[in-house]
Amino acid sequence: MSEQFEPVIVGFLCNWCSYRAADLAGTARIKYAPNLRPIRVMCSGRVDPQFVLQALRSGADGVLIAGCHPGECHYVNGNIKALQRFLLLKKTLSQWGIEDERVQLLWASASEGIVLAERVNKMTEEIRALGPLRWHDKVLGDNGAIPIPVKEI
Amino acid sequence: MERITIDPITRLEGHGKIEIFLDKNGNVENAYLQIPELRGFEQFSIGRPAEEMPRITNRICGVCPEAHHMAATKALDALFDVEPSSAVKKLRELFYCSFYVTDHTVHFYALGGPDFVLGPDSDPAERNILGVIHKVGVDIGIQVIECRKRNHEVIKMLGGRGIHPVAGLPGGWSKSMTKDEQKIILEYAQQNVDFALFSLKLFDDVVLANQAYVDLIVSDAFTHETYYMGTVDEKNLINFYDGMIRVTGPDGKEFVQYPANDYTQHIAERVEPWSYLKFPYLKNIGWKGFVDGMDSGVYCATPLSRLNAADGMATPKAQEHFDRFYETLGSKKSDGRYLPVHHRLATHWARLIELLYAAERMQELAKDPEILDPNVRPIITNTPTEGVGSVEAPRGTLTHHYKTDENGILTDVNLIVGTTNNYAPIAMSIKKAAQGLIKNGKVTEGLLNTIEMAFRNYDPCMSCATHSLPGQMPLEIQIHDADGNLIDTLSQYID
Amino acid sequence: MGAKEKPKLAMYWASACGGCEISVLNIHENILTVDEVFDIVFFPCIADFKVKDLESYPDGYIDICLFNGAIRNSENEEMAHLLRKKSKILVAFGSCAYEGCIPALSNLTTKDATFDKVYLNNPSIDNPEGILPQVVTKVAEGELTLPAFYHTVKSLDQTIDVDYYLPGCPPEPHQIWAVLQVVVGALLEGNPLPPAGAILGAGTTAVCEECEREKGEKTIDRFYRPYQLDPDPNQCLLEQGIICMGIATRSGCGALCPSVGIGCRGCYGPPDGVIDQGAKMLSALASVIDAGDETMEDDELEQKIQAVIDTIPDPAGTFYRFSMAHSILRRVKNGKGDS
Repeated sequence: MSEQFEPVIVGFLCNWCSYRAADLAGTARIKYAPNLRPIRVMCSGRVDPQFVLQALRSGADGVLIAGCHPGECHYVNGNIKALQRFLLLKKTLSQWGIEDERVQLLWASASEGIVLAERVNKMTEEIRALGPLRWHDKVLGDNGAIPIPVKEI
Repeated sequence: MERITIDPITRLEGHGKIEIFLDKNGNVENAYLQIPELRGFEQFSIGRPAEEMPRITNRICGVCPEAHHMAATKALDALFDVEPSSAVKKLRELFYCSFYVTDHTVHFYALGGPDFVLGPDSDPAERNILGVIHKVGVDIGIQVIECRKRNHEVIKMLGGRGIHPVAGLPGGWSKSMTKDEQKIILEYAQQNVDFALFSLKLFDDVVLANQAYVDLIVSDAFTHETYYMGTVDEKNLINFYDGMIRVTGPDGKEFVQYPANDYTQHIAERVEPWSYLKFPYLKNIGWKGFVDGMDSGVYCATPLSRLNAADGMATPKAQEHFDRFYETLGSKKSDGRYLPVHHRLATHWARLIELLYAAERMQELAKDPEILDPNVRPIITNTPTEGVGSVEAPRGTLTHHYKTDENGILTDVNLIVGTTNNYAPIAMSIKKAAQGLIKNGKVTEGLLNTIEMAFRNYDPCMSCATHSLPGQMPLEIQIHDADGNLIDTLSQYID
Repeated sequence: MGAKEKPKLAMYWASACGGCEISVLNIHENILTVDEVFDIVFFPCIADFKVKDLESYPDGYIDICLFNGAIRNSENEEMAHLLRKKSKILVAFGSCAYEGCIPALSNLTTKDATFDKVYLNNPSIDNPEGILPQVVTKVAEGELTLPAFYHTVKSLDQTIDVDYYLPGCPPEPHQIWAVLQVVVGALLEGNPLPPAGAILGAGTTAVCEECEREKGEKTIDRFYRPYQLDPDPNQCLLEQGIICMGIATRSGCGALCPSVGIGCRGCYGPPDGVIDQGAKMLSALASVIDAGDETMEDDELEQKIQAVIDTIPDPAGTFYRFSMAHSILRRVKNGKGDS
């Protein structure tokens, strides 16, 4: 029996809304794809683009950033910064050849466990269809199609 | 077959190695100049905003970034279809002349000159700019240093930085000149003229007064008869910043004159599998191999070429030296212009005459009141399409060709760079010099250095030449017997 | 080192442009002091020592080697290993060696595309047989070799151990001279050297600290291309909508480009504490966009922000202009054509 590709999705979830949504999905026993690896940050505005890139470089097939709805941010407008960074990051990632579906943004309030679960399910299938990213291996590995022998000195 | 490898070639800009093959008598069968470096500017510039090119193409060469900066800026003028104002053109040309002074100075004193001041077979540990200073004295050394210092100061003043300037914009320049700056520049321009005359005198005293050097210069081993390319103004006098590209033949007659835009009608580039650098040649004559003559499309683009391709210099002192150059080297006039000088080592002399012209031209421009116009940064609203910009880089005619989408993002880039023009003649010069100098297997370090002198007069800039990056993949091996007949061809991945 | 022997200096260029060499010459009269203090033993730009001379030196013979240029091909890599062996102190000199610089922009494209552009498909090429340069070519007289091209441009520290870094494209001459003085002090007077891995000849904060333009609050509702605006000479360029990387770039150059009305492009690399200069620039630039607020509808807010972002051309090629080799992702996907 062949093994199905299980995407690894790293999630940056904000403490006040989306992480609580994930908690709620758990306590409400909502069944959803186990592919998300959640990381709690205080605010979606804390998500440095370097985190996203490091995740992709280190083996993640996708990254989800989730925060409070605009107008509901615990820190007033941290999520607006997150949205601005996300949109510019998407434009940049397309230049690196990273498909649109691999990095996504979601607003989910503390009561929206189902919204979070549904997005994780959807994202998992989208990335499953794209295939593994395996950046350090498939893109950076070997520095070329043929290994280059270096002359012994 | 015995082989001698010179690796790396030195006292030039960039990378190269020479492979010399000797037959069983110890005479030179063949010599190859291989260029092992490439970066790929034409490809990786695609996707970049066109206005970034003056700053990106700077890095094709850190010795002549001003040349790329200027060719790129002029390509932007053409791309956006904007005519720079007269003040902008003068400001740019002034900046450009200051750069010429410092670049030609570096070449003569640090790169090519040591062979003459110290001797081709002097101790290699001394045969460099520091050895030159030890020999001619610190006072002269300080003059060379001061010349570079003041001109890099001008480059920084007008272009923002001393190396890799940033001010070029479509139709303009990012900053204007102030009255205080003008005062300084006028002073420096005069010092440049004095220094150029001093350098020409030094050349007289050290080179022309030395019969052994004169014999070397006029020797057959260092002489080639090819076509010559340069840029000229409407009077057919040399201009580094702008004009028509003019090619004259080995017979001294004008072969063609064309605007930069038409370059693809006149120049084509060939590829050899043993080098990353391409070989341009004159399309309308055709490639006949690495040979001299009227029927060979090989052409050269150096200070010597520019002097040969032009009818004179546009400034008075430089014109005097121009006349003296041709008279001294035995050239006669035909149809009102001097027949070309074909002795490649004379390029060092031609370079100093250009140094003088650049200094005088800098003086002329700095005195022009228009140069203080504060309005040098126009706002551009045209939609860009395609443009070609060309200047005379110190090392040859430099052409930048850009195509963009309607947002000004580059979709295609082509570059023909100064030294690239000269690859075939340089290769020929090295082979001929090697054949002339190596007899019966007798090889010394000094002799090998004398062979390197065959390329040094071209002032090569291999980083410029090899801006481009090949891929890998198809492999073809051609096997020749000792008579040069093709006996087998092996290939893979070739369709 | 005997009493009469001077310390040995080398300077080598890998995939480089020569600007670093010219910048060293631009220390002007201080070059005479360098000549007094050091023996130059390998410096192809200005001196005639060959690779075979270098190979003949004992290990550690060179006291200080200034290595500039990126690692683009196998020859660059071999020379890096050779010079590491022969040098006591090896400095990654200039942006190419430090973080890839302009040659590393090639990491946003592929070898295939490049080969196609240069040797097969351009307006001036005459190559009907589709000849490409080869690592080994048999000619009538023997075999000729060329270095093999790497798929990805590397920085020097991705190839060998590096003792120090001197950032800048090129490093400014006054910074070079300051660093040479530190090294001379260590070699001749036994002064302590900086800690291994230190970044020398530059500051620790951002270029903004050195820039004389007035800085107010940054709220940008659109960006301008440099030819769409004649900026106010006194106000911060970024505030006027001209992209300037000073906010994400290490100080040390004196803010030269902004002083002539041109935005910084980050050639001194990231400031302390930043791994990926491009990502940090992206983050900082996105933060100062002012396109709407939380009272708007989600869709409208996103549209307004997107409209501002649409005025930023080529983020990858701009934010990573000099630092591609040190970036987290390092090269574009699909380079090998198999993923």
